[in-house]
Amino acid sequence: MTTAQNPVSYVAPTDLLKPEPAPVSDRGAYGWARAHLFGSVGQVLLTLFGILVVLAVVPPMVRFFITDAVFIGTNREACLPETVGRPVGACWPFIAAKWNQILYGFYPADERWRVNVVYGLGVVLLIPLLIPRAPYKRTNALAFFGIYPLISFVLLTGGDLDMRSFVLGWIGLDFGVTASANGLRLTFWLQFLVVTLLAMASGMALAPVFGGERRAVALGILKAFAVVGIVMLAMDFDFGLPQVETRQWGGLLVTLVIAVTGIVASLPLGILLALGRRSELPLVKYSSIIFIEFWRGVPLITVLFFATYMLPLFLPGRFTIDGLLRALVGVALFASAYMAEVVRGGLQAIPKGQYEGAMAVGLRSGLMMRLVILPQALKLVIPGIVNNFIGLFKDTTLVLIVSIFDLLGILRASFTDPAWATPTTLFTGFGFAGLVYFVFCYGMSRYSMALERRLDRNQRH
Amino acid sequence: MSQTSQIKADAVAGEAEQAVELIGVNKWYGDFHVLRDINLSVRRGERIVVCGPSGSGKSTMIRCINRLEEHQKGRIIVDGIELTNDLKRIDEVRREVGMVFQHFNLFPHLTILENCTLAPMWVRKMPKKEAEEVAMHFLTKVKIPEQAGKYPGQLSGGQQQRVAIARALCMRPRIMLFDEPTSALDPEMVKEVLDTMVSLANEGMTMLCVTHEMGFARQVADRVIFMDAGQIIEMNEPEPFFSNPQHERTRLFLSQILH
Repeated sequence: MTTAQNPVSYVAPTDLLKPEPAPVSDRGAYGWARAHLFGSVGQVLLTLFGILVVLAVVPPMVRFFITDAVFIGTNREACLPETVGRPVGACWPFIAAKWNQILYGFYPADERWRVNVVYGLGVVLLIPLLIPRAPYKRTNALAFFGIYPLISFVLLTGGDLDMRSFVLGWIGLDFGVTASANGLRLTFWLQFLVVTLLAMASGMALAPVFGGERRAVALGILKAFAVVGIVMLAMDFDFGLPQVETRQWGGLLVTLVIAVTGIVASLPLGILLALGRRSELPLVKYSSIIFIEFWRGVPLITVLFFATYMLPLFLPGRFTIDGLLRALVGVALFASAYMAEVVRGGLQAIPKGQYEGAMAVGLRSGLMMRLVILPQALKLVIPGIVNNFIGLFKDTTLVLIVSIFDLLGILRASFTDPAWATPTTLFTGFGFAGLVYFVFCYGMSRYSMALERRLDRNQRH
Repeated sequence: MSQTSQIKADAVAGEAEQAVELIGVNKWYGDFHVLRDINLSVRRGERIVVCGPSGSGKSTMIRCINRLEEHQKGRIIVDGIELTNDLKRIDEVRREVGMVFQHFNLFPHLTILENCTLAPMWVRKMPKKEAEEVAMHFLTKVKIPEQAGKYPGQLSGGQQQRVAIARALCMRPRIMLFDEPTSALDPEMVKEVLDTMVSLANEGMTMLCVTHEMGFARQVADRVIFMDAGQIIEMNEPEPFFSNPQHERTRLFLSQILH
C-alpha cells in the first residue's frame, strides 16, 4: 500500500526504497545542454543568437591579433602590407621596440634597475599579503604599507631631498650653522631636535589638562617624532643615487605609482571620512560632508587641471610642488571621497544591536569601530570598494591631460614615431593597452570575489 | 585627587551599599515620557524580575543602568559609581555590568571563542591565553564548549543566547542585566537558556531580568516588579505578587499572561 492508495493512514514498509540514478535525459552533456541551451523556444533562439555573436567577433579578432599579425621585425617595413604581401594584422614588433618606454617612460636607461627593484620588491611583498594562509601578516603589512613606499620613494627619485628648515627656520631661527654631511644639513636636524623637545615639554605641561599622564604623553610625542624623523632621514640622506625628476617617469611605472598610491591612500581616508560623516560632533560631521561633496562634485580632469596649472598661480614665489605629487594628491583625495560613501553604505547596514553588544561588553567607540563594526561593514562593501579601485586604476589615464605620460600616454606618444608609422600601429597599441588594463582590473575583480567567498565560508549563516 | 582615583574611591565606598540604585529617574523620547520617577534599590546578590506590557519602559529602565540609554533626570548609581556624562564612569560601569539581549547581538564575524575573548583582551588587557581559558571555563558552564570554533550563524538560537551569557560573564561582571532573553527563541530552546540563568542565580549573581517567564520569576526572583506607562506599579516578593496582586493593573496583566 502506498500513500497514493490511502491518503489518510500510511506506514512505510520495513524495506526502505533504494536510491536510483537520475533519468538519462537529465544527466551528462545531453542533460546539461537540454537544461541550459535548448530548454524552450526562447532558449533555442538565444543560443543561436549567442553563437552568431561569437562567430562575428572572435574569428576577426584572432585573425587580427594572431594569424595575420606580424611578430618579428625591426621597423615599419616589417608591418606594411606591401612588403609582407598579404593583409597585415597587429604589428607586435612595434610593442617590442617600445617595450622599455612602456615600462619605464623616459627614465634614464642606466637607472632603470631602480625601477626594476621597485617592481620586484612590490611583487615579492604583495603576493604573500594577498594569500590568506601566508604567515607573518602583520610584519608583511608593515613592510608593504610602511617601509616599501619609503624605499620606492628613495629609489625612484634618488632621495637626498636637501631639507633646510623645520618649523623654526620658517621664522628665521636657523642657529647660523651651515655644516652638512651626506646630504644632511646640521641646521635642519638641530631644528628638528629642538622642535621635538619643545613638543615633548608642552605635551608634559598640558597633559593634566586633558586627563593624560605626563610620562605617557611625552613618550607618545617622542615616538611620533621618531617615526617622522626616520622617514625624513631616509628621504634626506644622500645614498649616492642620481636624481631622476618625475618628469622623466612614465609608462607602466607612472600608472602603477598613481594607482597604488590612490588605492592605498583612499581606503583609510575614505574610512575616516565615512566615520566623520556619521560623527555626532558637528564640526567633524560637516567638514566631512563638505569634503566629500566637494570632491564628488568636481570631475577628476578639473582636479588635475587645477592642481597642475592653477595651483602654482596661488602659491607664493619660489614655492613649488612636484607635478606628479600634485596629481597623486588630487587622485587620492578624489578617490577617498568616493570610497567614503561606499564605506558609509556598509556602516549603515550594520544593525544597532551590534553597537549595543559592543558597548555592553565595555568596548569604547574606537575599539568598537575597529573590532566589531568596520570588519563587518567593510566585508559587506567589498564589491563596491573593488569597483572603486578598478575605476581609479582606469582613471589614472586622465593624467595625460596634465602632461604626465602614463602607460596610455606613452603609447600615444609612440604612435607619432615615423619609424613605426603603419596602418595598424594604432590598433596594436590600443589593443595592447587594453590587454594590460584588463589583466590588472580582472585580477582585482577575481581576487575580490575569492576574498568574498572565503569570508562568507567562514561565517555561513 | 584625580578623576580615576575619585571613581575608585566611589566604588570602594559603594562596597557595602546597594548594587544598583535608581533615584527619581525620568526619561523622555522626544515628548514621550518613557520613564516616570523610577525609584529602585537592588541589593548585592538580589535577583529581580521586571515584567509589564510592551511599551511600559521596562527595557528602557534596565538599558539606563549600563547607559545604553541616557536618563535626563534623577540619579543612577551602579556599584557605587554614579552615571554622568563622564565617559570614564560609563566605561567603569560597563565593565562591571554584563548584558544579555533579546536578539543575542553576538558578533557574526568572530568565532564563539573570539566573541568571548574580545572584551577581556581589549578592555581588561588580559593576555590571549588567559582570556581563552576564562572563555572556555564559561562556555563549559553554559554547556557548549564544543562549539567554541564555530561562528554564531552556525548555532541555534538557544545556543547563541547561552554564548551571549558566557560572553558577558567573561568580563567577570558583578551585575547582570537580561533584556527579554528568551523572547526571540523557539519554544523548545527557552528551557536551556532559563536553566543557565537559574544556575547563575543560584551562584549569587546580582540580576535584573526583564522577562515574561513567570515560572522563572517564581523559582529564582527575590522580587518581582510590574511596570506600566513608564512607572513601577507594583513590587513584591514573588509569592504575594502572584497570589495576591494589589493593583488593578497588575491583576489585569497577570490574568492576561497567566490565562
